[in-house]
Amino acid sequence: MRDGARVLLCEMDAKGALSTALETGPLTFEAREVRSGLWAMAMNTEDALREYLRLFVRVPLLGRIGPLARTFDFLADAAPGVKEILAIGKICYEVKERNYDLVVVDTEATGHVVAQIGAPSVIREMIQMGLVRDQTQWMLDVLNDPQITAVAAVTTPEEMPVAETLELIEALRERTGVDVSTVVANRVLPAIFDRSRLEIFERLVDADDLLRDAAGPSASVVVEAVGRAEARRGVGSGHLERLRAGLPESIETIYAPELMTRATGRRVVALLADALAAELDRGVPS
Amino acid sequence: MSPARSGHTTEGLDALLAAREMVIVAGSGGVGKTTVSAALAAAAAVHLGGRVLVITVDPARRLADALGVGALGNTPTQVDPELLAAASGRAPEGELWAAMLDTKAGWDELIARHAPDPELRDTVLANPLYQNLTSRFVHSHDYLAMEQLHELHGSGRYDLIVVDTPPSRNALALIDAPRRMREFFGSRLLKWLTTPYRSKVFSAASRPFTQIADRILGSHFVEDIAEFFTLFQTMEPTFVRHADEVEALLGDLRTAFVVVTTLETAPVHEAIHLSAELTRRTYPLAAIVTNRALPRSYMGRAAATSARRLGAEAADRSGAMITAVAGRIDAPVDQVASVLTETAERFGEIALLATREAERRSELAEFAPLLVAAPPLDHDVNDLSDLLELAQYLRGAPR
Repeated sequence: MRDGARVLLCEMDAKGALSTALETGPLTFEAREVRSGLWAMAMNTEDALREYLRLFVRVPLLGRIGPLARTFDFLADAAPGVKEILAIGKICYEVKERNYDLVVVDTEATGHVVAQIGAPSVIREMIQMGLVRDQTQWMLDVLNDPQITAVAAVTTPEEMPVAETLELIEALRERTGVDVSTVVANRVLPAIFDRSRLEIFERLVDADDLLRDAAGPSASVVVEAVGRAEARRGVGSGHLERLRAGLPESIETIYAPELMTRATGRRVVALLADALAAELDRGVPS
Repeated sequence: MSPARSGHTTEGLDALLAAREMVIVAGSGGVGKTTVSAALAAAAAVHLGGRVLVITVDPARRLADALGVGALGNTPTQVDPELLAAASGRAPEGELWAAMLDTKAGWDELIARHAPDPELRDTVLANPLYQNLTSRFVHSHDYLAMEQLHELHGSGRYDLIVVDTPPSRNALALIDAPRRMREFFGSRLLKWLTTPYRSKVFSAASRPFTQIADRILGSHFVEDIAEFFTLFQTMEPTFVRHADEVEALLGDLRTAFVVVTTLETAPVHEAIHLSAELTRRTYPLAAIVTNRALPRSYMGRAAATSARRLGAEAADRSGAMITAVAGRIDAPVDQVASVLTETAERFGEIALLATREAERRSELAEFAPLLVAAPPLDHDVNDLSDLLELAQYLRGAPR
């Protein structure tokens, strides 16, 4: 967006977190230009089905679609691959038509991403002929070309997110033609003390009485609170260690700091964008 | 202040664990749902007795690791009583069991259980659509999870079942699964799908549908679907009865829902949404657990004053406090001063966070009769004793 590119941002899980972050008000399936150069939409499989029928099946009467959509909703519940393919198909379509320079997808939770990205190839296996099968090929062409599609896995320095990220990388490689190219470690806490100061900080408990005498009885609470924050950071950097050790060399890691700010919404997005831009300019440490 | 409100800080989940047959734990991803579920079950087994089962619907291996059982599957595994005793430092009152939902194996068992005869069972199991439906797609998990709960609860083997659900929106899909299953069986779609293929093509009423479906999906697929659902339909009576029973179980006082959240913006937003949706469905939301919540003592005026005074004392390098502290811990005055300055500054940030958290906590209080807080532990929860440590805060027992 800052570089003048046309960007589409799509929220897949319809939780509304994207509209909160960008302060746009509710997003719809119809993409809307929320800031200059930035379009945003929320995925909705029913609308995706309507669009699909209009574009590819050329269903003549719009009136017919009403009951058909409901029917499909049931079918999609029973054979849920239908929903996945409609969602991923819409995204691939926007890419294929070159409607934007960049399409950024805020995906569903880790457990669902693989089913979504893998939907075209699963459908291909499941359906032997017909329009849907024919259409999976161009989706696969978009998804499986590393020049076109990249997956960035976002994680935090915690046990489960790191484990899930490593599993996601493995699952995508095994079950789809799309590989993770980048891992973004978000909310990384900066070190509070350097090594020698950390040792001094840890010894402060021995001077607890002196601190309380000088600064009041709650001095202990102050030291304890900072100690806990430091412990959390230490645990987190252990998890980042584990992440690095588990990543194949082909995947680069980008770090984004925990933002200690009272800002919310667009201000946080701007701060984080600055941090990411700085990190990308800095290049990846070897 | 109402009695319920004033109870927020002292009451815990012990009463709930003692009185209910099923506790369903829901919340966003990454807030510690699995850990809280396991902690509640472990505490119930140690302190309250009975046979307690914790079942995770989330396909993660965390639970097995923390409980010290090798691998979890659909069949419950008992946690070694010796491990439980060692972790709690006492003889457990009851037993702790754990299970994890395995979708593929679960569906196969389910079909085997409900199929009217072996021949039909084998035909369903061999149907290509069945294979894909059950192993690849996420929502088939939900139907199965509810069947599994029905089976486990109905077996009478467990006094308490703690259910760790998938992340929040999916938790709703999970509890809606019985209703959808029932609707599906009653739907016109199923009748249409199960009408023999040929008569469908020639019936004037369904021809437009059939033609569109054929064009989109291919006639093979439509035939596969038809075969699958014709078979599936023979199992309708059992499925629908189970769906009704599970719904009844979820909605009455044998069950309690517990929503877990951290006090960050997005999880709180989700927790509120989830609580509102549960209430709308008239499911009994018993408590909200605020996990990794900063202690209230961090936001008091006393702590802020102490932090400020520490900072001020640190600025005076030749002052009495710095000299005394540096002497006591045998460190250079300059470094001690910079550590204390940094400490005071950092505490300001932490106190701000704590204040924000308190605000969010009061937003949450509107939605549940009970709020239970667990502080951030300064280590990960890796084993049974960590789980029991966390459980102390959740139980609200004297500590």
